[in-house]
Amino acid sequence: MSKKSFRAAVNEALAQEMRRDPTVIVMGEDNAGGMGAPGADDAWGGVLGVTKGLMPEFGRERVLDTPISESAFIGAAVGAAACGLRPVAELMFVDFLGVCFDQIFNQAAKFRYMFGGKATTPVVIRTMYGAGLRAASQHSQCLYPIFTHIPGLKVVIPSSPYEAKGLLIEAIRDDDPVIFFEHKLLYDEEEEVPDEPYRIPFGEANVTREGGDVTIVALGRMVKLAGEVADKLLKEGIAATVIDPRTTSPLDTASILDSVRETGRLVVVDEASPRCNLATDIAAFATENAFGALKAPIRMVSPPHTPVPFAPELEDLYMPGAKEIEAAVRAVADYAH
Amino acid sequence: MLQLSRDQLILAYTRMRTIRVFEERVHAEFGGGAIPGFVHLYAGEEASAVGVCLNLEMKDKIASTHRGHGHCIAKGCDVKAMMKEIYGRRDGLCGGKGGSMHIADLSKGMMGANGIVGGGPPLVCGAALAAKTLKTGAVAVAFVGDGGSNQGTTLESYNLARVWNLPAIFVVEDNGYAETTASAWSVGGSQVKRAEAFGMPGVTVEGEDFFAVSDAAEEAIRRARDGNGPSLIHLTLPRYFGHFEGDAMTYRGEGEIDSLRRDRDCLKGFRTRVTETGLLEEGQLDGIDGEVAALIDEAVEEARRAPPPRRDDLLTDVYVSY
Repeated sequence: MSKKSFRAAVNEALAQEMRRDPTVIVMGEDNAGGMGAPGADDAWGGVLGVTKGLMPEFGRERVLDTPISESAFIGAAVGAAACGLRPVAELMFVDFLGVCFDQIFNQAAKFRYMFGGKATTPVVIRTMYGAGLRAASQHSQCLYPIFTHIPGLKVVIPSSPYEAKGLLIEAIRDDDPVIFFEHKLLYDEEEEVPDEPYRIPFGEANVTREGGDVTIVALGRMVKLAGEVADKLLKEGIAATVIDPRTTSPLDTASILDSVRETGRLVVVDEASPRCNLATDIAAFATENAFGALKAPIRMVSPPHTPVPFAPELEDLYMPGAKEIEAAVRAVADYAH
Repeated sequence: MLQLSRDQLILAYTRMRTIRVFEERVHAEFGGGAIPGFVHLYAGEEASAVGVCLNLEMKDKIASTHRGHGHCIAKGCDVKAMMKEIYGRRDGLCGGKGGSMHIADLSKGMMGANGIVGGGPPLVCGAALAAKTLKTGAVAVAFVGDGGSNQGTTLESYNLARVWNLPAIFVVEDNGYAETTASAWSVGGSQVKRAEAFGMPGVTVEGEDFFAVSDAAEEAIRRARDGNGPSLIHLTLPRYFGHFEGDAMTYRGEGEIDSLRRDRDCLKGFRTRVTETGLLEEGQLDGIDGEVAALIDEAVEEARRAPPPRRDDLLTDVYVSY
């Protein structure tokens, strides 16, 4: 056990799985970096350094740099997965799904069903998401609701370094296509992470706080913010349960429902655009299945329905934060018929 | 031609004939209302699938197009299970969940017909990468139509196969039409020059000539297997039926299909060639025709009688585990 960043936790999961299983390969744009160039090899290790050091250990045959051709190399990862490899492909920013989505949602996601259960496609697509780096409209989106919508895909949204390592190892060993979301603002977060490999199962939410007054369901980077708000409000006598679903597909609906039936009050915090996101999905689910237990209207904390802006002042305004979460929790806690 | 044994010639004819009769029969059954959905027929193009696949081994992979029945049969898929699949029956090749457009059998190296034009080439890059990484010695073939040749996925795949030096072969089946649109209009430049632009050898071959296709395929497959990277084969081919069944084909020329059937038929050409050179006899080929007709009759009879999927089947096979 030692303190590790989210970046180091992802890197360690990849390295340990590559050591364990020779069919695990890594591919993506500049995953090593410097391919064919006169200067340094392993120059980048991915655009934010997450795969740094893998190429020197495992060689160019297992750490493949690619042309900027997402359709071809994401599709190649899918095809290779159907033919005996366990590729971990990096879609640098999830915003780039627009240039390769067919290979993910029409090919990888549907092989097993279309081919009558005879195909196995153990591909992992790691991708960066989220606002906060002043990266503007085409490098800041969440988009995990789009993948969650597709039957055949599993969608993982780790909220911390510990979660990232265990969930990524699980993703690599899983036999279905998995989309693994890494929030840019989490890479430098640190916490204690075991040195040895471990797995966190999909579809089992992590309850980070327990309290009987309000249920807060939060995703990815929002989990930590929700926890901080819960700690603050506990001092005022509002006790919140904070649920990190970890995976949006499969979704641990049982844990969410159990808590909502106890508290009767639900806040869902989702950084994704507000229409048809996980907040609306979870709110609809809770309404359909726990209507009688609800003591207040469900509140959803999400950004406005706009592209992610560039100017720092606007982006700060755009992103949901502790202030918005706190206001929502207070609103449901104070709600009276 | 000289490399092919008598057994291989018999197999080639049997498979081409099977594809032809299969497709003619699906055409008739569809017309009679027995087959649901979208169906795209391969009749006229048999020498492509068979000329290429006869040079492949079981471990080699292929990815197909919208027009996938011929590639399936050429790669050795079970014909009766195929017919049941096209009928949407439970013991079809894909449990009745794929149908004509997604017919596949990974155990035979057939990675699927594809409902997305240009969907196959990236997958073939992956199959070739797996073969290279796992050192299996296998190669992978992407069949692409002239329509699919204009997709970015296909052009990206040419580049990726080249820069990764993959054991991949791209077979562009140019049957003259992307749906209704003539390839003479829709394809800028030439298929072979496109290959050359990406640094791989390319060749244009008359696709109704089984022997020419087989020779070109043998060379490209050997090149890939020897570690010398990808190639492209551009085949000009006749398409006997419409884009899909139900297509009135008003865009085709007066008498065009009759003349294609008369002058560019791969089965007639094959028969003439092997009988004139004394490699096979008319009687042998007639015998195969009879066997194939009986097989397809049985396949249709069995498909008609086969049970539909069960209610529970709706929800299975989405994930390995969930």
